[in-house]
Amino acid sequence: MNSLIRSAARCLRSGPSVYVPGRADGRVWSAPARFLCSAADLQKDLGEMVKKDKVVVFMKGTPAQPMCGFSNAVVQILRMHGVDDYAAYNVLEDQDLRQGVKDFSNWPTIPQVYFNGEFVGGCDILLQMHQNGDLVEELKKLGIQSALLDAEKESK
Amino acid sequence: MAISADHIRDKLTKELAAVHVDVEDTSPNRCAASFKVLVVSPQFEGKPLLQRHRMVNTCLAEELKEIHAFEQKTLTPEQWEKQKSQ
Repeated sequence: MNSLIRSAARCLRSGPSVYVPGRADGRVWSAPARFLCSAADLQKDLGEMVKKDKVVVFMKGTPAQPMCGFSNAVVQILRMHGVDDYAAYNVLEDQDLRQGVKDFSNWPTIPQVYFNGEFVGGCDILLQMHQNGDLVEELKKLGIQSALLDAEKESK
Repeated sequence: MAISADHIRDKLTKELAAVHVDVEDTSPNRCAASFKVLVVSPQFEGKPLLQRHRMVNTCLAEELKEIHAFEQKTLTPEQWEKQKSQ
């Protein structure tokens, strides 16, 4: 009984880990505070996090201030397509998240992009999808009209 | 263990039956071990991008634990020929 109280106290003392995804349009909403007591909890949370929004990005820094060239590339590509409304999680703020998301996706690097709860890939893949037109198609499946399609219509 | 471009090239060539591998050590541009690779292999035929990249990731699983940044391009021999002629 005592060990249970002690371990609960330990979790409480380490403080809540608040995942506050920075929204690309600048508004920040706070996710409910989580008491991270185990890596398994994080994996479960990640499962929910990637499904909660249509487009989810795990990156270094924030969309307003990316801290890595590859993360920035992802932000820029999404911006070009007019995708401003997505959840962005800064792995630099949380080492457990940084490692946890790599385990969750079974992917060794950051940034990581999810569409509708499904892992899409990193910067390389997103860039290639953008270049070969696949990204426009994938966004359409998500119900998002790429801004590039509108630009195309205007130029014709 | 200092990972060398040659080591990566050999591993990719052997395990993915690659017909062409380019490995660029981009570490000088960044603060830690970083590489950019181009892999051309018939094994990529018919596989979507994500699957191809996972094949490369699996091949270099041990090395990736030490590598900080990693870029990759995966092509089939046919795509490689087309790209070269452009």
